Amino acid sequence: MEITDSVFEQLANLSRLSFSEEEKQHIKSDLQRMVSFIEKLDEVDIADVPPLLFMSNAVNVWREDEVRGSVSNSEALQNAPQHDEAFFQVPKVIKK
Amino acid sequence: MFRFSSIKDYHNALLNGQTTCVETVHYYVSQIKTAAHLNAYIEVFEQDAIARATELDNARKQNGMQGKLHGVVVGLKDVICYKGKTLTASSKILAGFTSLFNATVVDKLLAEGAIIIGRQNCDEFAMGSSNENSAYGPVLNHADNTRVPGGSSGGSAVAVQADLCMISLGSDTGGSVRQPADFCGIVGLKPTYGRISRYGLIAYASSFDQIGIFATNTEDVAIALEVISGADEFDSTVSNQPAPVCDFTEETGKKYKLAYFKEALEHPGLDPEIKAATEAFIKTLTAAGHDVQAVDFELLDYIIPTYYILTTAEASSNLSRYDGVKYGHRSSKPYEDLADFYKNNRSEGFGDEVKRRIMLGTFVLSAGYYDAYYTKAQRVRNMLRRKTQVVFNQFDAIISPTVPSPAFKISEKSNDPIEMYLADIYTVFANLVGIPGISLPLFKHSTGMPFGMQVMTSEMNEVPLLRLSKRLMQMAGLE
Repeated sequence: MEITDSVFEQLANLSRLSFSEEEKQHIKSDLQRMVSFIEKLDEVDIADVPPLLFMSNAVNVWREDEVRGSVSNSEALQNAPQHDEAFFQVPKVIKK
Repeated sequence: MFRFSSIKDYHNALLNGQTTCVETVHYYVSQIKTAAHLNAYIEVFEQDAIARATELDNARKQNGMQGKLHGVVVGLKDVICYKGKTLTASSKILAGFTSLFNATVVDKLLAEGAIIIGRQNCDEFAMGSSNENSAYGPVLNHADNTRVPGGSSGGSAVAVQADLCMISLGSDTGGSVRQPADFCGIVGLKPTYGRISRYGLIAYASSFDQIGIFATNTEDVAIALEVISGADEFDSTVSNQPAPVCDFTEETGKKYKLAYFKEALEHPGLDPEIKAATEAFIKTLTAAGHDVQAVDFELLDYIIPTYYILTTAEASSNLSRYDGVKYGHRSSKPYEDLADFYKNNRSEGFGDEVKRRIMLGTFVLSAGYYDAYYTKAQRVRNMLRRKTQVVFNQFDAIISPTVPSPAFKISEKSNDPIEMYLADIYTVFANLVGIPGISLPLFKHSTGMPFGMQVMTSEMNEVPLLRLSKRLMQMAGLE
């Protein structure tokens, strides 16, 4: 599988990452090598082995649905880059 | 003069009045200052540790010694939450982030009397095998300052290696405890998947991640494991089985059935000295009456590709939470729309290796490629798990080198991600199948560097693993 410019741009967009032209060349070539490396799995005959989806053998670990305290409002805001006394502040995202 | 050898000896010294917790904390604080060039610690909680040691000394005078880890000085990898303290995963994206709660392991440590001494350097988001991917700069191996300590829990390994704490907690997704333990000449345990709560551990790849323990000896590992294991209502992936309690006096004469993978010892990337030392040790084991047999493992060359597909997929999903809204770095760059806003925050905050892995993870999960890469890797993972069950039907444990080479030079492999990934070839297996693995510092290389042997048992069998480990350490004249 070749990592073309358009594949790279699409992955960067889905990843919510942006790269300068210089970074792009560098990361793109690493990504191409990594993709070729993982394609080694094509050699494995997996026949009818189903995918392993869960590591744990546990099924449905239940607990009572009780209301409990969590972090306070001020604690929740403590690490926010921008906030007022009650809310996280985010940029205006709706354009006119 | 304080000198640490084991928790048991330290506790005796406390009971006999030969030392105090306060004196011990002063010793470690001074050790850490002297060894500042190693860059093992990002932050030292000196005042808190002294205050806690004073409380413990007073409590001991009044009520005797309480707690399995009474006064034990512990360091935490910078991915484990400690309430009120900074937590960054060695990433710029979390600069200044403060933990709002304790990880369950931290609560358990504190409940048994431990003293948390500081926050330890690591690879960014636990991604790396050399501790060179840290926003705080590389950690140096104490045995040779021109060499890496391994990763991703490099700071935690060096802290135990250089006597900067008694035990460290790290995290192990593909070898991040066992590989640095090997490079630093100490003991490093990755327990069974689900043995220890991960509440308060920054997630990298959730079907692999497990908190692990660094110590100088197997008995200290066993005590720490007993304390931090067990069910947790904040983490439903934790097993409800009781915490493993290891009695080392049982089964001292047991003859073990041990397997090793033929392909692992014949691998072209394996250092010849490491191969020779492992083979010689196998002979010693056989001579001592243990039954050691070669087992075919034709899937060896596929485990690293499988590991990277699955872990990068999980990482790309786990790390999507770092968007610069509720916490984390927010860029001051102008933006056109919301997607640009996120991209600016994330691109400035994450380092190169994290970006590479997010990109690869996004690729293997994207429409059109999902079945060819991600599902295929999950199928191979199932094959590995079935194979493992067959091996453990016949054998008590699997042994192998921990790492194919001793600690390499700083920047020797940092330009080649794939070369770096191959350092994990023997360790990722345990994470892929969920079993416990330990690295034991049995050997020394002609470069002067220590190296280890890895031992793995079937899931939830940490007690037999630790008992066997102690026997092997004794055979090597180490415990």
